[in-house]
Amino acid sequence: MPSNGTTPRAAGARRGCTMAERASTVRVHDFGEVDLGLSPDEARTEADRCLQCKKPACIRGCPVGVDIPSFVLAIAEGRFEDARTSILEANLLPAICGRVCPQETQCEGACILAGKERAINIGALERFAADVGVEGEAPVACSPSTARRVAVVGSGPAGLTAAAELARRGHAVTLYESLHEPGGVLLYGIPEFRLPKAVVREEIDRVLALGVELRTNMLVGQSLSVEELLAYDAVFVATGAGLPSFMDIPGEEVNGVYSANEFLTRVNLMHADRFPGTGTPVKRGSRVVVTGGGNVAMDAARVARRLGARVSLVYRRREDDLPARREEVRHAREEGVEFVTCAAPVRILGEPCVTGVECVQMEMCALDESGRPAPRELEGSSFVIDADTVIQAIGTSPNPLLVRLLTGARTGRKGNLVVDECGRTTIPRVYAGGDIATGAATVILAMGAGKRAAAAIDADLRNGTPAGNVE
Amino acid sequence: MYSVVKAEQLADRVHELVVEAPHVARHAKAGQFLIVRVDADGERIPLTISRAEGDLVRVIFMTIGATTYRLAELRPGDTILDVAGPLGRPSEVPRNATCVVVGGGVGIASCPIIARTLREAGNRVIGIVGARNADLMILEDEMRQSCDELHVTTDDGSLGRHGYAADVLKEVIEAEPVDHVWVIGPAIMMKVTSAVTRPKGIRTWVSLNPIMVDGTGMCGSCRVVVNGETRFACVDGPEFDAHQVDFDRLMQRQRIYLEEERDALERHHASRCGCETGVHHG
Repeated sequence: MPSNGTTPRAAGARRGCTMAERASTVRVHDFGEVDLGLSPDEARTEADRCLQCKKPACIRGCPVGVDIPSFVLAIAEGRFEDARTSILEANLLPAICGRVCPQETQCEGACILAGKERAINIGALERFAADVGVEGEAPVACSPSTARRVAVVGSGPAGLTAAAELARRGHAVTLYESLHEPGGVLLYGIPEFRLPKAVVREEIDRVLALGVELRTNMLVGQSLSVEELLAYDAVFVATGAGLPSFMDIPGEEVNGVYSANEFLTRVNLMHADRFPGTGTPVKRGSRVVVTGGGNVAMDAARVARRLGARVSLVYRRREDDLPARREEVRHAREEGVEFVTCAAPVRILGEPCVTGVECVQMEMCALDESGRPAPRELEGSSFVIDADTVIQAIGTSPNPLLVRLLTGARTGRKGNLVVDECGRTTIPRVYAGGDIATGAATVILAMGAGKRAAAAIDADLRNGTPAGNVE
Repeated sequence: MYSVVKAEQLADRVHELVVEAPHVARHAKAGQFLIVRVDADGERIPLTISRAEGDLVRVIFMTIGATTYRLAELRPGDTILDVAGPLGRPSEVPRNATCVVVGGGVGIASCPIIARTLREAGNRVIGIVGARNADLMILEDEMRQSCDELHVTTDDGSLGRHGYAADVLKEVIEAEPVDHVWVIGPAIMMKVTSAVTRPKGIRTWVSLNPIMVDGTGMCGSCRVVVNGETRFACVDGPEFDAHQVDFDRLMQRQRIYLEEERDALERHHASRCGCETGVHHG
């Protein structure tokens, strides 16, 4: 173990470079970023490994179509500014994407080297290009004004991307946010140690610099009526999947049971980790049980560790089936999160406060339609995990508030808005994208949807015949 | 930033703020609430909208924790960093019915706007306002103007009738047929008072005030048990059928952060005092 508190990294020209991480024993005591990023030399070494394929598969793996070989080449040649400019053509939020995209299943998964030595570390390179010298960045250029007004509802990844793309195309964009700060899940959901809020703010400032008008504290449907909303030339609904699911087991109402959304919002958005320096408290817990196995569960578990608790994560299938990114699972484990797999909570114990969680063991049966084994309760296998705090991270569904006010909008099984491939809803001039249309998914898929919808809105506005318009 | 245009103390620990917040004021309906965040490190707290006129909204609150004490320090010309709303569902307004609106303590703040809305819809509105004593009574005149008939009661008899709002409500529903009742006040008062209408099966609404964070249905902090089901007060409420509400659970959940709230309040008082340690504030 090197004395500087970092873990060893791969080195050497052919093997390239991966990002160094802060040692788990150090990082678990603060909210500082886990990954340290690449140095300029490391970035060039890694970028140099790129084969510059004639038919690059990586671009097809990117939901927003970043010209990956060209920015990687720019880094390899030391033209860091050019690298960022090249990315910004397709993606105005590279510092965010470089950190939270699941590259292993997208660009890096498609990299020709993935099956050989090791895929190019595109995420780390994107992050490097985004972070280096961002202060001197020239503003992104916009087309001449079209005098068309577009409302974007929700300032998460889908809304931000759509707002930026629309503003670039010369439309007057108003971006509505119900909370006091823009960013959506980037702000309230993803913790500081994975995505520093200063990085989020910088990238949002880049979007606002395009002339996007931001209106916070506006819950559309209430602070702005649907009639007022529909007075815009076009509307993009990107209200996300913020409605937390509960397991519907006995004891969920007792004190000390959180949804992951609440726990993370208190810490990430309201900075409850600094209470009473800040006004919002959170129960730090001494023994925390997190239920669920996705990225949000990992985030909640890792935040709880940083607040000083002993954390057990209960997941009903096997470790191999965890839907979270491998890297997040590894980080959580390194930070001391205990994994209790093949187990499901059946009851929360304690009154008026949580004292434990009763679980049962699950056996794995035949594969279900998701390709994972269907878990079945093993009779007589119940056991109790002592806990004073329970965090439920079993998923979220689309925000129902605006959806139920949009008369004529077709909705899907999950309460999502049904859209075509360009994000058009069944209401003329109303588009939607991101989690509100797909159900909870990833930042980059939401951005891809925002980008596609913006292109469709632009085309429809210019053609003057918005799709579905019955006039 | 939202400007405070009026700030007054109405009773012991009860304060009124009128704030310029056009997006809230122009869309607010009876029964809804807003969320304020005073400054960058502040918490988000829900407050019922007590009146909305033009671009101005009025809120009335009791100083209980650090944030409400901080709000009570604001003067005209000061600003509040964030005001979000209107939030929650508006009151369900019947037509041409007889309604009783009961306010207890600082809960009276929510009543005139509901009473006026009911009257505008052609309802006969009987008001009942109750407080611990005469010094704690608020908005008596405004309620008198907003209702067809008003009953005033205090626990100690220092103003109006000697007794509880529940006693008056009992008499009112005995005296004439009543179709709808609203009971707004502290949780325990709502529990006791709304029990009065249960035998007659009168539709009774209470406005619940659990702990909230975002107020937009995202976190579930405000979940309440209504008819055995979990509901979010911020988006499914704040008004619910009183006879289906689990008030004991509500009161228990309101106490989750008692310890933390005490710490924050002590810290607030210490910061205003200028003494070295703040130990004498305990």
